[in-house]
Amino acid sequence: MTVGFVSYGAYIPRYRIKIEDIASVWGDDVKSLIGGLRVYEKSVPDLDEDTVTMSVSATRSALNKTNIDPKRIGAIYVGSESHPYAVKPTSAIVAEALSVTPNLTAADLEFACKAGTAGIQMCMGLVESEMVDLGIAVGADVAQGAPNDILEYTAAAGGSAFIIGKEGRVDLVAIIEDTVSFTTDTPDFWRREGMDYPEHGGRFTGEPAYFKHVTGAAISLMKKMGTKPDDYDYAVFHQPNGKFPVRVAQILGFSQEQIEPGLVVTKLGNTYSASCLMGLSATLDIAKPGDRIFMTSFGSGAGSDAFSIKVTKHIENIRGVEPTVQELLNDPIYLNYAQYAKHKGKIRMK
Amino acid sequence: MRDVAIVGIGMTQFGELWDKSARNLLVEAGLGSVDDAGINGEDVDALYIGNMGGGRFSGQEHIGSLVADYAGLATNLHVPATRVEAACASGGLALRDGIMAVASGYCDVVISAGVEKMTDVGANTASDVLTAAADREWEGIVGATFPGIYAMIAKLHMHRYGTTSEQLAEVAVKNHLNGSMNPKAQYQNKITVENVLNSVMVADPLHIFDCSPLTDGAAAVILVPAEDAHKYTDTPIYIRGSGQASDTIALHDRNDITTLGATVVAGKRAFAQAKMTHSDIDMIEVHDCFTIAEICAIEDLGFFEKGSGGAAAQDGITAIGGKFPVNPSGGLKACGHPVGATGIKQAVEATIHLRGEAGKRQVDGAENAMIHNVGGSGGTAVVHILSRNR
Repeated sequence: MTVGFVSYGAYIPRYRIKIEDIASVWGDDVKSLIGGLRVYEKSVPDLDEDTVTMSVSATRSALNKTNIDPKRIGAIYVGSESHPYAVKPTSAIVAEALSVTPNLTAADLEFACKAGTAGIQMCMGLVESEMVDLGIAVGADVAQGAPNDILEYTAAAGGSAFIIGKEGRVDLVAIIEDTVSFTTDTPDFWRREGMDYPEHGGRFTGEPAYFKHVTGAAISLMKKMGTKPDDYDYAVFHQPNGKFPVRVAQILGFSQEQIEPGLVVTKLGNTYSASCLMGLSATLDIAKPGDRIFMTSFGSGAGSDAFSIKVTKHIENIRGVEPTVQELLNDPIYLNYAQYAKHKGKIRMK
Repeated sequence: MRDVAIVGIGMTQFGELWDKSARNLLVEAGLGSVDDAGINGEDVDALYIGNMGGGRFSGQEHIGSLVADYAGLATNLHVPATRVEAACASGGLALRDGIMAVASGYCDVVISAGVEKMTDVGANTASDVLTAAADREWEGIVGATFPGIYAMIAKLHMHRYGTTSEQLAEVAVKNHLNGSMNPKAQYQNKITVENVLNSVMVADPLHIFDCSPLTDGAAAVILVPAEDAHKYTDTPIYIRGSGQASDTIALHDRNDITTLGATVVAGKRAFAQAKMTHSDIDMIEVHDCFTIAEICAIEDLGFFEKGSGGAAAQDGITAIGGKFPVNPSGGLKACGHPVGATGIKQAVEATIHLRGEAGKRQVDGAENAMIHNVGGSGGTAVVHILSRNR
């Protein structure tokens, strides 16, 4: 395969709420929550932030790191569970905000938390076949957590964007060596049209959903490529909490050291469609030329996309321009539950 | 009345079995028992199936017909099939009903089975389904759930008799140790007293590790007249005693909330029928839906003075190698508690030990076993005594 990443960007809102502040409202046991979730705080969007604004910010961040002509962008896909419109594409707004209209294709995607990686796969096909020159895949969400539901502790906000190009036409900071997917009809988590909050199957979201699909795709890819966990320097898995990715890494044979740089959920929460992409961004922030990264996303409903990625020497060229994921995680502004409820539109105003 | 023997046993894995439905589970256990006894469908005279919550867990009632159908016993053989329900004692009652059908001469080959599929609903729904074993109008509607009800039993037991949280925890520790030697158990991990005391409090003083889990599973036994038993097996296990009793459904109406009167009476009835006493019993499987329930059970069955059961697990008396081994299967806590199946699973476990086939968790030289199954907080109790000897 001769396609890969030209650049990448991330955006995390400044605001946070701590797990204990949510727990104090509902009378939940903080120790067992943190023990069970391994998440300490989560990001909260500002009053005027949403999937559109975060997609634009993340994509701008990616573009700012390079000097490519934005007019070369031939495709934009935004994956999210929280597109502001059911009908009116986020991707078209992003394209306009980047001034890359009108000569491009665009569409919005949904596959729970893996719509962003699905977008990468779509761009890979368009770019490899030279139907377009460059493609952008974004994963962004302002995740909905129902009050007093366990998901309220982890449903966070963030966005990450990846620019995909073809070797020979543009410098790639990382090559996508291969990708493989694993998809079934598994109803572990869903939201009907018109409903404010998703529902989920409790413990059914674990073994028959997350673990089955992540290991399914990961094992399939390593088998196809003849690789083993030892062949990789880093690994990134979908992070709905701080426990699942650690456990799936153990199951597959990856070490804690390999997943550590990409494990951003503990101070960020689950950014849903941005989850894996945020972990990949954090890993690319520190990876060296020649490093190999294994990534497997998971989207409820359900499916996983696995990728084998190799970092090139060009990665050094895009550093130092935009904040790293760690820098975005630093210096947060903490909210109490009342302010959080206001930010998330949970207070009935009339 | 004829003597009755168990000549075949079958049991599924107990656990969160995402890929199996209630009918899958019961057919698996049933076929296991049929194979074990070496019988055919044509030989079966009746089916008794214990199941508490098919309606709310799976939207399915009429379990008798469903199971007979999927076991291949309905279409042409038209075997009579009856669902038996007494909350968590459904399995024990299915066993007793099967025994009575054979003892009375009505039937010659009976399958007594139990099944529960609990993981197709969320935890809150499951908790409410189980609350139907209590008094809905006087306990459930005012907010009591089973951990809450047994917590009240525990509180008074601790206050009156000095039973401690550590003693409760030791019951769970022992049962997990036993479960670690049972390949069919839901939990095969060993735990410590610290693990139990540090686990989240569910209903003071009961931590999550003091509570039995939600489990999917099924078990089945084949019952025949004792005089025919050797046609099927070299190691028939005889039913020497059976006792069943009721008590008030609501905890607050009991004579003494730390004593399950139904257990006391059911135990006495079983001993009387068997013409045995406590010193004859080599192992006991009791209904440890919560750790306090095991302590009360061994007291109420008369193995320990009321109030002194707390020290039993702590002092190793109820360990597999101890004086009165209790719950070598891992009990409800570690083996798991698919509600309708537990009573039958206890019979399966006792049979395995009495046949000498329990491997690492074998109670050495076991000749006589007692099994004890309770519905709700003690509204029903059913006790059986099984033996190698007729």
